[in-house]
Parts: sequence; structure tokens; C-alpha cells
Amino acid sequence: MSEQINTIQALNWALDDAMAADTNVVLFGEELADGEGGGVMKVTAGLSTKYGARVRSTPISEMGFTGAAVGAAVAGLRPVIEIMLMNFVAVCMDQITNHAAKLRFMSGGQTHVPMVIRTMTGSGFQTAGQHSDFLEAWFCHTPGIKVVMPSNPADAYGLLRASIDDEDPVLFIEHFPSYWNPGEAPKRGVSIPLGKARRVQAGSDVTLIGYSRSMLDIPVVAKKLEAAGVSCEIIDLRTVSPLDMETILTSVKKTGRAVVVHEAVRSFGVGAEISARIHESLFRELKAPVERVASQDCPVPFAKQLETAFLYSHADIEAAVRRTLA
Amino acid sequence: MYVDPPDSATLLSIYRKMVQIKLNDDRIIAMMKAGKLQMPYYSARGQECIPAAISVLLTHADYLVTIYRGIHDMLAKGVPAKLIWAELAGRSTGACKGKGGPMHVTHPESGCMVTTGVVGAGMPIGCGLALAAQLRGESRVTMTNFGDGASNIGAFHESLNLASVWKLPVIFVCQNNRYAEHTSLAKGTSIERISDRARSYNIPGIHVDGNDPVAVYHAAKVAIGRARSGGGPTLIEAMTFRFNGHLIGDPGEYIPKAEYAAAVSADPYPKYREWLSSQGHASAAQLDAVEAEEAAALEAAVKFAFDSPLTDASEIKRDVFADAAA
Ligand SMILES: Cc1ncc(C[n+]2csc(CCOP(=O)(O)OP(=O)(O)O)c2C)c(N)n1
Ligand SMILES: [Mg+2]
Repeated sequence: MSEQINTIQALNWALDDAMAADTNVVLFGEELADGEGGGVMKVTAGLSTKYGARVRSTPISEMGFTGAAVGAAVAGLRPVIEIMLMNFVAVCMDQITNHAAKLRFMSGGQTHVPMVIRTMTGSGFQTAGQHSDFLEAWFCHTPGIKVVMPSNPADAYGLLRASIDDEDPVLFIEHFPSYWNPGEAPKRGVSIPLGKARRVQAGSDVTLIGYSRSMLDIPVVAKKLEAAGVSCEIIDLRTVSPLDMETILTSVKKTGRAVVVHEAVRSFGVGAEISARIHESLFRELKAPVERVASQDCPVPFAKQLETAFLYSHADIEAAVRRTLA
Repeated sequence: MYVDPPDSATLLSIYRKMVQIKLNDDRIIAMMKAGKLQMPYYSARGQECIPAAISVLLTHADYLVTIYRGIHDMLAKGVPAKLIWAELAGRSTGACKGKGGPMHVTHPESGCMVTTGVVGAGMPIGCGLALAAQLRGESRVTMTNFGDGASNIGAFHESLNLASVWKLPVIFVCQNNRYAEHTSLAKGTSIERISDRARSYNIPGIHVDGNDPVAVYHAAKVAIGRARSGGGPTLIEAMTFRFNGHLIGDPGEYIPKAEYAAAVSADPYPKYREWLSSQGHASAAQLDAVEAEEAAALEAAVKFAFDSPLTDASEIKRDVFADAAA
């Protein structure tokens, strides 16, 4: 079997290799330096020891240090900042959506903001309504920023390298409950291009589209359906914005059916956008309406049974597929 | 007033910038009234001697971050007037090709890096520009300008703290014109002197008469010297007034008549001119010549703008992302 590592290790490698390759890469965020533990999840462990002042722990000032990253990027650095948990982006939205995402356009292309905002999230640890949300749709709705959401260690490495090299701001959302899951090790030094989805598995009856956490669930359900004679094609978006519509439409044209699965709440989400675009392009070729599988439209609840009821289940995915086949 | 003035050449440079700012402001308002420019315009008439006096101590290598009320700051920093005029007129030759407008003029060649319409948001960005200079061992400093009202938003406090902790080469310049939109300083601000807030962040705070270019010059000299030599940030509060309300069209009913009359009678512009000639720093003929030259330069800038083509609508597709550019 090939070498296995987890996502924490993969991210650490990506940051380490990017810093070694380009002295403009700097990291900051809360507790990132080794003196403060090398990051709450140890993603940045060892890097401040190796790269000194280029890795900094910040005060608890998300607006302050996110804005500082915008300024540093305008001045030509490539800051990679960490927002400890995705919900905390709410306190620095202005810097992300009004500044990072817009300065290239508003300056007529005179400045640009090559920064990466790493953040992590996901339900499952009973962290309730302010520590678990998937908020990618907020940013997908903002022209000028890319949204990248890896589902495994190798993709985490390659996509983070590409995000750091990108000339525009990238929001890089990590699924932290699966941080410790082992996966195939990445080839160091190799980037995965942004804006390109991956066809994980070929199939002929239905296209299952996911990213981040849902890529842990889709293959399990697909395997079960496979045994029941349903052939599933699986697409991992990897970059959520901009969407790789070419890969999606090529697949759905073939299968005539599509199910989009994400952990974020259902309404006004990424699933709605993908569904709309598929209908706009392939209405006459579809054998069934596009299905969405997502979380319930409520804040993430605390108690285990409620948290479980909030998130979609494997049965929900299976039922959605069966509806498209009915 | 005017204690310990610098050499006459410097004093005259300050005067020239004040003249340029005033003439441009008068002309912008006239063009709006004539229907030739349509835009929200936040006039800085009354505040011109602050950037005029500071900017003679700066070069194009130094960074400026300013706000919607910022055309005085940009002109003083050296942004070519013709690029500002073309921007206001929505022309393809504008600094930002008409995609930013008066609230977002950007011109990195003269150090005007970011101009924001979001109150307070420039300060974290200024920290980041200063961080880039610090990490690269450059001697350039960052001036970040804002109003009195902006000292009540979180970004101000996060930025002063961050700049202090990291000893950043940044100067925070509060142009205190005593009103934030329609809210007086006393009603919205918990402290009499905003410069006293510096003490909470363990940085020097300087309170200065913003109508006295010599006093502003000395305050800025100290702060810039400190920043250039690695001594960290300074907060300067320059007391001033805006004669044309919050934005053009604001009747200013919330300003007591006596306060307004007193402020206008303290107009720094005619006073300074009189002082320059009475003290023999410049002859009346020299001052007349400066005014004539600046008037001619303004005419050329306006002509350049209105002779330029309007920005084509296709431009909205450009510079959202790097790769979108044709
Ligand atoms: C975050 C934010 N809130 C509100 C506004 C609307 N607004 C624009 S200017 C302004 C007043 C700011 O006053 P001050 O900081 O004193 O600057 P001045 O306009 O007097 O130069 C307000 C409330 C804004 N642009 N940004
Ligand atoms: Mg004010």
C-alpha cells in the first residue's frame, strides 16, 4: 500500500513546501507559532521554528489580522492566514468580501490580493451553533474570491499549494472532523489546479456531486447502490467557486440524473446553484429533476440526537438517488 | 501657531499642495452643480493642510491608505490630478478606469495603495502594508488616514493593538473634523481627545492643531522618524473641520451656527497665505505664481479627463479575477 498520511500532515507539508519555495509566503493567525503550540490542531507545527518571523501568532483580532493580510498581499506578500473556526469569519467579513475580493476590480487591476484564508469547520463533535457551520455559500456569492474545499489529504496538499500560488484571494475550507483520517500521501511539489473537479468514479445511471465532508459519505452510499444494480458516477468538486461546470455537465449529459450532496444547510446553497445551472443547460436531456441532499435549515444543535437529525443521512442520499430513478 | 517653522522652500511646498487641493475641490463641486459629474462627494475643504504638511515628509515609496473623504490626501501624496479627474468622470484613462470612483481611487505608483468606503477598514490594511515593509527590511512607512468617527469602530482598536504588539512602521492619522455624518464628537465618542486612546495601546498619541501646517509638520516628522527607525506606530489626532458638510447636498442643520462660523473664520488656507507673505517666506508675486500654476494644471487635468473616452461596458468583465482579463 502507498504511504498514508492525514490531512493535518498534508497541510503542514503544503505550508512548509510553499514557504521554502517562496519567501513571500507568510503565515499568521491565532496560536500558529510553536511558542503557542503550532496551531490549535498543530497544522503549523514546526514552521515558526523553521521560518522565524514569517510565522506569527496574532492577538484575537480576526478583523485586524485579516485586514493586515489584505494589506500585506497588496504590498506583494502571499499571506496564508488561519481563522480558527469558520464561524469566526463573521467578524471579519468586511475585510474578506469588501476588500480582499474587490480590490483588484475596484482598482482597475492596479492591485490584487493573493492571500489564502484557511479555516476549518464541520458538525459531529457537538460544538453547536457557533462552531460547526459550513458557510461557503456566503463567499461563493461574492465575485472575486475563490472557494476551495478538499476532501482528502492528497487534495488538501495539492489544492493548498495552488491556492497559495493563485493571484487572487482563496478561501480554503477544511473539514476538521476528518483531519485525522488517513489517505494516500500527496506527491510533494505537485499542485492541483483550482477550478477543476475530479471524477472519482465512472458510472452510467446517476451523477453524485459532492465536496469536502460529503465525499466521505457519497462513496459509501454509491457502493450500496452499486450492489443493487445502480451505477453511480461520482464527482468531487474540490473547488466550489468557480464551479467546474464542464465536468458536471459532461457527466450529467451522460447519466441524465444528478444528486448534489453537502453538509451546509439546504436553502440558497451551493446545491441550489448547481441544480439551477444543470437545469438551464440540460433541461431536455434530464430524466429527472436534480436532487439536493443537505442539512436542515436550522442552526447546528448541540445534543447528539439533534445534531444527527440536523445532518443528512446515508439513507437521505440513497432516497434522493432512488427518486431520480423512479 | 506656526512655531519653529521649517525652511521657506518646505513651507512653500506645503502651500502649493494646499492650493492644489482647494482648487480641485472647488472645481469638483462646480462640475457637480453643472451636472458634469455625478457621484457622492465627500469634500475635504477645510482639512487640506493636514495631508499637505505631512506629505512633504514622504516619498512615493511610502504607502498611503485613505478613505472616501480622501481626494486631498491623494493629491498631496502625488496621485496625478488628471487620473483622479478621469476616474470621477468614468473614463478609461481614470486611475481605476472608472471602476472605483471617488471613494476608491488607487494609484500604487504614488503609494496610494487602498482607499476604502468602509469606516475604519483601512487601518488593518495599513498594518499589513507596514508589516510587508517590516518583513522586507524596507524603510518605507505607511500613513493610514481616517476620521474621528472611525475611532469608535473595532478595526481602529484592533489595529492600534496589533501595530503596537508588532511594532509596525505605521502612522495612524485621525483627521478630527468633529462630526461623523451628523453625530458630534461629544455624542459619539467617550473621550475628549482621541489621541488619548493611544495610551491604552502603549503607543505615543499626539494631539495637534490641524489648521496649523507647521504643527502638523512637526508631529508628522516625529512619528515618521519613529516609524522609519523601527520605533513602531504613532497615533496623530489633527483637529480640523469640514466646511461642506458630510457630503455635497448635506445642509448641515446639525451643526450649531456659531460653531460653523468660528470654524470657517479659522480657515487655514487664507491664514497661512497671509502668514507666509508677512513673514517673508514668500513674496506676493511668488504666491500668485503658485496659484496660477496650479490653476493651469487643474485645467489641463479636467481637459484630459473630458477628452478621454468613457470606459467601455465590457470592462465589467475584467479584473474580477486575474484570469478573466483578456
Ligand atoms: C462601517 C461603516 N458604517 C457606516 C458607514 C456610513 N458612514 C460613512 S462616513 C460615516 C461617518 C464617518 O465619520 P468620520 O470617521 O468622523 O469621518 P469623516 O466622514 O468625518 O471624515 C459613516 C457613518 C460606513 N461607510 N461604514
Ligand atoms: Mg469626522
